[in-house]
Amino acid sequence: MLFVVNANYFSFMEKIQAKLAILADAAKYDVSCSSSGSTRKNKDKGLGDTGSGICHTYTEDGRCVSLLKILMSNICIYDCAYCVTRRSNDIKRTSFSVDEVVDLTMNFYRRNYIEGLFLSSGIMKNADYTMERMVLIAKKLRTEQNFNGYIHLKSIPGASPDLMHAAGLYADRLSMNIEMPTNEGLRLLAPDKKREDMIVPIRQITNEITQYQDERKVLRKVPTFVPAGQSTQVIVGATGETDRDIMKVASAFYDKFKMKRVYYSGYVPISNDNRLPALGSQVPLLRENRLYQADWLQRFYGFTTDELLPETIPFFDSEIDPKLGWALRNMSLFPLDINKADKSLLLRVPGIGLHSINKIIEGRKFGQLTWDHLKKMGIAMNRAKHFITCAGLSEPTRDLTEMQIKGLILAGSSGKFLLHQKQLSIF
Amino acid sequence: MDVLVYDKTFEGFLSAVFYVYEYKLTDVHICKEAPGTVMFGKTIHIDTDEVKAKRVWDGLTKKLSREGLQSIYHAYLADTLQEEDTMLAYIRHALSSPRNIEKDYSNFAVLRLQRVDRMVHRERHRMKAFIRFKLTKDNIFYDGIEPDFNVIPLIREHFEKRYADQQWIIYDLRRGFGIYYDLKTVQTITITFSEESQGADSVLWMDQNEALYQTLWQQYFKSTNIASRKNMKLHIRHVPKRYWKHLTEKSPM
Ligand code: SF4
Repeated sequence: MLFVVNANYFSFMEKIQAKLAILADAAKYDVSCSSSGSTRKNKDKGLGDTGSGICHTYTEDGRCVSLLKILMSNICIYDCAYCVTRRSNDIKRTSFSVDEVVDLTMNFYRRNYIEGLFLSSGIMKNADYTMERMVLIAKKLRTEQNFNGYIHLKSIPGASPDLMHAAGLYADRLSMNIEMPTNEGLRLLAPDKKREDMIVPIRQITNEITQYQDERKVLRKVPTFVPAGQSTQVIVGATGETDRDIMKVASAFYDKFKMKRVYYSGYVPISNDNRLPALGSQVPLLRENRLYQADWLQRFYGFTTDELLPETIPFFDSEIDPKLGWALRNMSLFPLDINKADKSLLLRVPGIGLHSINKIIEGRKFGQLTWDHLKKMGIAMNRAKHFITCAGLSEPTRDLTEMQIKGLILAGSSGKFLLHQKQLSIF
Repeated sequence: MDVLVYDKTFEGFLSAVFYVYEYKLTDVHICKEAPGTVMFGKTIHIDTDEVKAKRVWDGLTKKLSREGLQSIYHAYLADTLQEEDTMLAYIRHALSSPRNIEKDYSNFAVLRLQRVDRMVHRERHRMKAFIRFKLTKDNIFYDGIEPDFNVIPLIREHFEKRYADQQWIIYDLRRGFGIYYDLKTVQTITITFSEESQGADSVLWMDQNEALYQTLWQQYFKSTNIASRKNMKLHIRHVPKRYWKHLTEKSPM
């Protein structure tokens, strides 16, 4: 713990506060905030555990604050066009010491501000020099402080296999941001970064996770290794890729590298670098939102990229969500009888989410469900009613065209912008 | 319609349910406080009787799963909502039905109780999130809260497991009791606040570094925000205004 003598109190405080302002600001464009997926127990009456995935507060832009998300340093030898930390940007540079990060994490955690630490960094000197210090922070937290909270390390591209392995022993989650969905995009905007420098460590960790899991089945004593798995992030809207391109890349990461999450970060114009959309151009919030909705539909509702975005439709409709879009293109499958339809089909009804589907399936065992029941279950009837039938009288008129339904739903929906957050009440 | 008034304890509520069955009341209303006037029928004050309460509970245990039983208890903890009549309707449905009714979503008491259960669950989750411990001079991490529902019994275990190496107190200022972890066990406590410490998080009793970490947390909250994406509607939906006064990051720096 830091010991602060009163006389130095203010200068000390100002120094740390100034660093925190810079290094939190620079880290905020990484959208990942997840602190779930790991169930680390509190060990020997130490501090903390994981598994609750709590958002302790929300920023004014409405994002979950779960972890202390900071850069260790914003000194960087690379020059990625989309990044505030890039070498050519004229900004104040600063770094936390290893102990400062440990102290901040412990003290924030003890006050119940956070679930843990999300540490990334600019590349100081070289990849391994940086990665080694990040691993040291994680190691100190685990071994010296008996800290059992969540640790997410964003690995440095090109870090050596030994350091990646050590990181895996202390961290709950490792990420490596692929940033650009296409190779051309990467070459254009992040000329120093090689795709291989990112893919090789990702593959190594994927393999080691499987290995550890296999060993654990035989020997219970095997330590945990990246229990919350890996994630990555793609930047959306900085180059010309289509939504379909992005979803295809994401699917590949889920399938091939067993990624736990792919994050989509709508590009926030932060520079006048002429490789990029100009400052002041619109942040593609809605586009980002559509991608999250589609991601969710693919992971939990059984949709494929080709269904949501056939080759002829490479972009999502900005007016309606991807599920509704799909349903309107496939009107021949509807209406479904709520009292009979299979779960796999119910999953495809706009306005009905996983929660409600379970209620429908349980509820209909007891008797015929009516419109009233559906409303009480919290189903978005303004959307769902066009695609279902059920017992009772107040059925809406049928035989509307696709365009008429779309119009009706749009006319009846309000507060669309609230949908922005990746929350899932929307289906 | 008769009105049964119980003493705000869970056993008291169950005793009232016993009474309903004992006297085969059909048109009845259970509440914590006697209403001013009752138009038709009478007001009956229920004596809490642990044996009777246990008989009701045992009866329910035969009809409901752990979750079903819990949802009744949770509705009881939703003290500000006054869901006693829903709870009674649920219990009646459970006891009279030959099979488990927990998922009978064609029954309105079941649907409502599940709604209430979700609301309690959300409040519990909020308190796990919104506790902001302040380190006192006595080396105890303290926070005073005013939750919508009586959720301290539901968050106790979470904090006990997580903060095993520090002393802490979580205090429900609205209901006048709290829990204290002394590094060994968690006990229920009541605190008599002195004049100067009343309500406020006075610097008088804070550890000398406490203000520093509060400032750093406020700084972090500010710096991690993306101003160009400001969306207060969403912010307030997640962090409703009534909680602000106890949130360090929402207090002036
Ligand atoms: S390597 Fe990372 S920190 Fe450095 S410029 Fe590129 S994205 Fe930014």
